Amino acid sequence: MNLTAEEKRIATETTRQLLSTYNDSRGNLIPVLQQVQNKLGYVPAVAMEEVAAHFNVPAVDVYGIITFYNQFRLTPPGKRQVKICMGTACHMRGAQIIQESWERRLNIKMGETTEDREYSLERVACVGCCTMAPVVLINEEVHGKITPTRVDGLIFSHQLDKQKEKEGAARDE
Amino acid sequence: MSNHNAAAAAAFAKLQEEAQKDWDRLREKPLILIGAATCGRAAGALNLLEEVKNELAELKLDANVLEVGCMGHCYAEPIMVIYNEGFPAICYGYVTEGVGARIVRDYLTEGDPGIEFALAALEPNDMFPTFADFPRGIHENKIVLEQCGFIDPQNIDHYIATGGYVALTRALDMTSQEIVTTIKESGLRGRGGAGFPTGIKWQTCLDAPGTTKYVICNADEGDPGAFMDRTILESNPHLMIEGLAIAARAVGATKGYVYIRAEYPLAVERVALAIEQARSKGLLGDNILGSDYSFDIEIFQGSGAFVCGEESALIASMEGEPGIPRHRPPFPAQSGLWGRPTVINNVKSLSYVPHIIKNGAAWFTGIGSEKNPGTAIFALAGKVVNTGLAEVPMSTTLNELINDVGSGIAGGKKFKAVQIGGPSGGCLPESAMDTPIDFDSLTRAGAMMGSGGMVVLDEDDCMVEIARFFLDFTQQESCGKCTFCRLGTKHMLDILERITKGQGKPEDIDTLTQLAAKVKAGSLCSLGKTAPNPVLSTIKYFRDEYEAHINEGRCPSKMCKDLIAYYILPEKCERSCDACVGSCPVEAIGDNEDRIKVIDQEKCVKCDSCMVACPPQYKAVVKLSPPHLVEEKDREYREGKQKWQKQ
Repeated sequence: MNLTAEEKRIATETTRQLLSTYNDSRGNLIPVLQQVQNKLGYVPAVAMEEVAAHFNVPAVDVYGIITFYNQFRLTPPGKRQVKICMGTACHMRGAQIIQESWERRLNIKMGETTEDREYSLERVACVGCCTMAPVVLINEEVHGKITPTRVDGLIFSHQLDKQKEKEGAARDE
Repeated sequence: MSNHNAAAAAAFAKLQEEAQKDWDRLREKPLILIGAATCGRAAGALNLLEEVKNELAELKLDANVLEVGCMGHCYAEPIMVIYNEGFPAICYGYVTEGVGARIVRDYLTEGDPGIEFALAALEPNDMFPTFADFPRGIHENKIVLEQCGFIDPQNIDHYIATGGYVALTRALDMTSQEIVTTIKESGLRGRGGAGFPTGIKWQTCLDAPGTTKYVICNADEGDPGAFMDRTILESNPHLMIEGLAIAARAVGATKGYVYIRAEYPLAVERVALAIEQARSKGLLGDNILGSDYSFDIEIFQGSGAFVCGEESALIASMEGEPGIPRHRPPFPAQSGLWGRPTVINNVKSLSYVPHIIKNGAAWFTGIGSEKNPGTAIFALAGKVVNTGLAEVPMSTTLNELINDVGSGIAGGKKFKAVQIGGPSGGCLPESAMDTPIDFDSLTRAGAMMGSGGMVVLDEDDCMVEIARFFLDFTQQESCGKCTFCRLGTKHMLDILERITKGQGKPEDIDTLTQLAAKVKAGSLCSLGKTAPNPVLSTIKYFRDEYEAHINEGRCPSKMCKDLIAYYILPEKCERSCDACVGSCPVEAIGDNEDRIKVIDQEKCVKCDSCMVACPPQYKAVVKLSPPHLVEEKDREYREGKQKWQKQ
């Protein structure tokens, strides 16, 4: 995914600002990267370079850490981050089917973001909501007992929300 | 007792008094508790909370409403408890939209407690049974989970008023060796999975040279299917904090960390708040309660790597490295974080510590069995009726846990197996149901205690598929350091994938067994050493299922997608009903010339929607395995029709 110059500038500035509050002890490396991701939603290459320089380590080491841990993203997420739980209980209750439903509806694969950056799809190992399986997280919100029709319903309700927002904005103008 | 510690006792007595006042004030009005841990929230607890508050405001009623954690009865969520003058406290379950407001209205205005929505009463009475009157209540013995769901996790006073931080105050009067000896005598074994004696770990760290030492709470609960650490942290975070502070006092550490999964945002939030509150009360920080002892805690968030549950990998990640385990010895208790002696304990292990210090080692050894004292906490999930958390004495049998505590299998299906201990564990069949659950007997049966995740499987679950699922998980989570773990699990996964697609070869089972032995022998940490367990245990107990996949291209449980087809039984299809057509996401269902619904097998994505949508009085949609049975069924139907037309 190509970033705009503006996105690159924001990434660099945000990272620098964050780094100014941390010393260069190696134990701060992962917390800093987590902060970057919290602020930007992902860790772009420019941020990795800034972090590497701050901690005085090769950029490839930072890249190694980013790719080792599942939590870090290299591309911007969608406005709605859909995380599908792939824990045992969810799997046995059809998480695969739910995954395929999202992929079919959004026309993207796991790990991708829709063209309009509205949705991104991710898998998570287990969110510990096994009694509500299968479970999907949309941003931080947990949705339990998901079925393919619930997937349609969720997307539809998002569309309605968006429409209402638009109408609201139009009215305000 | 030394003088400054007498001062600490006095300071604590003052805290207790304040907390008690706060606690007593709660009951001056009707008190409503709503379980809003992550599981409750997924079931709609936050809506319930709002609904109840609105109803109270509308009726101008005065009551205290508390957002509490999870009582363990996750199956009945959302859950609400009402304490009201004149009645025993009642716990309501399945409080769906509208019900919460109704109960509150009827109870608080007309004195009708809405018994029809009650799960159980909380205290013995003449009107309604309590939890202890059900089979589940008879087996349960709550120690760690006792306060979960009954106190506000965001209010330290509730924890103190119900006996919290008494143990830490007492530990201030004990020497390090006295604390370690008590834990040793209690026989507490680490609840993270392997069951290593906690006291011995602490002794090693206490004896290790050096003045800077660390204690770490391992809250990186990564086992899919396990959620007890999450529940404890969300429902009663102070218990773990108190345990960690006592551990620190025991080994002489002044700094502690909670290494917590980033996938548990609510737990992170609650632990952070709890640390803050403990600090403000003088229970953490410099000179705790005015004593000579100082200790503070910091949170370190994990970044989503299963292997970081392993001690040395966890330490590597805290040091800013990829979480790759290293060879032991030296053990972390000798040389851990930044090369200093470090004790790492699981959330549950630490949660037992305050209770042991308070009640003594002999009390703890009186519960459970000789080599496995205490209780075990299980996360029951899968096809069992009463999913949730259960705390039972060690050596309760699988049968008691699944059939009494869990109320058996849901939907009238047949029990097939229980998967214990996550990816490190194994699947045990019906014949193993009398196995007592403890560290040693489970290992002997071919499974593992693991952290206590228990997924119950019924006749619809394919054992080859579940083995493949776990191998897929461990293969993805392998850190890649050991060749056998990195490539061996990949090879095993490839074979299992072929089998679930109906492309298995007769020699596959032997190859799997051989590879399993080599992966076990050639891996450094437990991730690799235990990765083959799900495969080995399913081959051991369910070999016939492997053979059906390989030899007949058939999945006996009708689960493997490539080996099944959905089919609508013509004789059962109600022609005027369109339920399946409407539910199909890919428009694969249409009418044939007899207005019977037919599935276009080319278009079908096997999403199960039509089977769910078909009304239960028809049950016309079935799964067939192997898929070519569809053609046979079609031929039968056409031939039958011809015969009927000729007559």
